[in-house]
Amino acid sequence: MAHPHQQKLKISGSVVITANRLADGVVIHRTSEGQWSENLAGAQILLTADEALAALKAAQADGLIAVGPYVARVEATPTAKPGNLREKIRTEGPTFPLPSDAPVAYLPNEVGKVAA
Amino acid sequence: MPYIKKGEIADDPYVRLGGDEPVPTDVPVIVPLEWLLAQTPQSLEGRNVPLGVALPNDKPESLLEPYLPRLSLIALDFPIYRDGRAFTQARRLREAYGFTGEIRAEGDVLRDQFLFMVRSGFDAFEVKKDKDAKAFAEALQEFSGFYQPAGAGDAHFRFRFAPPFSPAMKEGESDA
Amino acid sequence: MYVYDEFDRTFIAERAAQFRDQVARRLSGEVTEDEFKPLRLMNGVYLQLHAYMLRIAIPYGTLSSNQLRKIAEIGRVYDRGYGHFTTRQNIQFNWIKLSDMPDVLVSLAEAGLHAIQTSGNCIRNITTDQWAGVAPDEIEDPRFWAEVLRQWSSLHPEFTFLPRKFKIAITAAPHDRAAIKVHDVGLRLVRNDAGEVGFQVLVGGGLGRSPFIGKLLRDFLPKEHLISYLEAILRTYNAHGRRDNIYKARIKILVHEIGVEKLKADVEKEWERIRDGYLKLDDAFLADIRSRFIYPAYETLEDEPEGLKRALAADARFATWHRNSVAPHKAPGYGIVTVSLKPIGKPPGDATSGQLDALADLADTYSAGEIRVGHEQNLVLPHVRQQDLYALWQKLDAAGLATPNVNLISDSITCPGLDYCSLANARSIPIATAIAERFADHDKARSVGRLHLNISGCINACGHHHVGHIGILGVEKNDREFYQITLGGKADEDARFGDLLGPAIPYEEVVDTIERIVNRYLDLRQSETELFVDTVKRLGVEPFKEALHAVH
Repeated sequence: MAHPHQQKLKISGSVVITANRLADGVVIHRTSEGQWSENLAGAQILLTADEALAALKAAQADGLIAVGPYVARVEATPTAKPGNLREKIRTEGPTFPLPSDAPVAYLPNEVGKVAA
Repeated sequence: MPYIKKGEIADDPYVRLGGDEPVPTDVPVIVPLEWLLAQTPQSLEGRNVPLGVALPNDKPESLLEPYLPRLSLIALDFPIYRDGRAFTQARRLREAYGFTGEIRAEGDVLRDQFLFMVRSGFDAFEVKKDKDAKAFAEALQEFSGFYQPAGAGDAHFRFRFAPPFSPAMKEGESDA
Repeated sequence: MYVYDEFDRTFIAERAAQFRDQVARRLSGEVTEDEFKPLRLMNGVYLQLHAYMLRIAIPYGTLSSNQLRKIAEIGRVYDRGYGHFTTRQNIQFNWIKLSDMPDVLVSLAEAGLHAIQTSGNCIRNITTDQWAGVAPDEIEDPRFWAEVLRQWSSLHPEFTFLPRKFKIAITAAPHDRAAIKVHDVGLRLVRNDAGEVGFQVLVGGGLGRSPFIGKLLRDFLPKEHLISYLEAILRTYNAHGRRDNIYKARIKILVHEIGVEKLKADVEKEWERIRDGYLKLDDAFLADIRSRFIYPAYETLEDEPEGLKRALAADARFATWHRNSVAPHKAPGYGIVTVSLKPIGKPPGDATSGQLDALADLADTYSAGEIRVGHEQNLVLPHVRQQDLYALWQKLDAAGLATPNVNLISDSITCPGLDYCSLANARSIPIATAIAERFADHDKARSVGRLHLNISGCINACGHHHVGHIGILGVEKNDREFYQITLGGKADEDARFGDLLGPAIPYEEVVDTIERIVNRYLDLRQSETELFVDTVKRLGVEPFKEALHAVH
């Protein structure tokens, strides 16, 4: 049994299979029907290494939809929530407002300040 | 595995030999480097069928220098296609050693490298996928010109020039 | 500015068409992800946390106003209305669909832009001084040589599957604004005793997991041998660079393992064979490239015109910006304007499509239609008449592009970090913005003086943390973000790496700690003219260690 993930896969707690979608890169998660969902809450929660490995293998076979599938830890409460900051950022986006062409807001103390 | 020579899918006349197989004297063969290095160049003089050697990509081309007059083919390896050492081997075989026989790419040989290989001096290809082999001519037509010369045959073009490629493909390819 | 001709335009268009075909083969399943990844990378396409990222080359940091408008358009049409300038004279977009990528490249090609070799294990976009061609102290315009190198390296048949990426930077000024000592090859245009101009060649510099300062490979290389010498270096590296371990595959490790003398022997042996062959640059070829560089026709002007003096006297905010952001130009009566992309509270190096359009218009009006990009992630308007500076500043200010913080602590170099990057261990941008906000009072920041803050979200060091006066490196411990702090790094001609201050500190403590470090410096400096980095050089990091601990 030479699959590279075989020996290594150890999980603790709940996990999901997550990936990015080939055509647009969007974050997707594997559902219990073997489909992919943009919504983490729709992901199949896996509790054992065997389950996770089987789902991962199936996902890896699915090279036309999902790129780089991997096992991600989640909080199951009862639907999946991101299990760490990386997954939280993948799910929710950057942790600051994205730049936009809305009027630029200087901090109040920046305007009118001059060197002595 | 489809074999491309002179820009077209062809029958490979060579028999590829592994480690300890006896080397026949009546058919074209590609021998392992170790076998070749165990011979003296003089001992090969009696052979009158083409002799090729497979040079691993971590071995210097200089090992072949004494044998080059006896060699009709050098097979260079792409163990994975991101491993580009054979590009340098091919270029040096053509330019530093003036080798004019077949330089064959083997291993993980994919369509998107054909152009680089041809320009580096390869003129024969064991292609991994049938579909890629069929697209060989097309892949070579993707650019109508190049910036850098990659062979003495490009010299008069200075830095910007159009095909034909040099040096090995000139015969097989039509001008653009 | 280099003007593309039919050959260049055709080449870029054909590259875009080639990539369209590669994407189509990937989307159809004909090509696997493993096969596709090197292909997309060598055309600047990464898969990041949220989406695909496209990195567009800005060769030697020079853009025309029309190219800048094209970049703005790409941001608006295919992305989310903003882009991010990197430390290697590229701009990257964070949210482009793979399926849109071919159309984006065709659109870019219309403006002479491309993404060729902005990633991948090949010769990357050649970078140089953002003040090239206008700096008073340079020997000659290094962009000409960068263009020679761009042509030589573009889809080089032999050097496209190297052991690892290969970065070349070139400068022609004694003050190094291109960080050549931390590049795989650094080139400095120098004059020899006979008065001839040639290249000093450094090799094996780099940051990342194993940082090295570039070592001298050749003191003086005659110009005509530039390409043959580089081919000899690249050939040696391609043959002998390690391929067994991605972290040991850069040429800096080869140099470290075999020694620069052995490398030089190998390189020069190969070079002897090829130096007088077809790679020797001839005058006709060089003249051909030179003829396509167009320079503005400078007017005969005086430095410090009356109008400028009046405006400086009358408008203190303008005077502040002028002192901070305008540098002397080689032509009398002109100035080099740095446009800070570090407004307080915003992601460093980001610019919106609206800002880019505004800058393109300002470049047309005030800077001969030319814009530069520097490795500090700011933009430059390189040809501004001093008499126009006040009008330019008012318009920059209105567009939110006149933050007078160039070279101050809030002008950080910051990588995208964990908010975008699939390699990152920790966030960078929120750290940068929080520190900038702490020092938002520019008077305070100015009293601190020149202080380069460099922040990386992982050991790959895209934020150049090793060479920051203050360097911050994000690491992950048990799913929490921690940050190592180094002091005393420099990226210029005296390049050195910062020294570690102590154990990594958690995210929440970074801003306070940095403030304490700065306050410690204010206590320790001998005079107001002793820069932070010089105080660290004089005293070492020891006296700063107490800053790691909050005073209760």
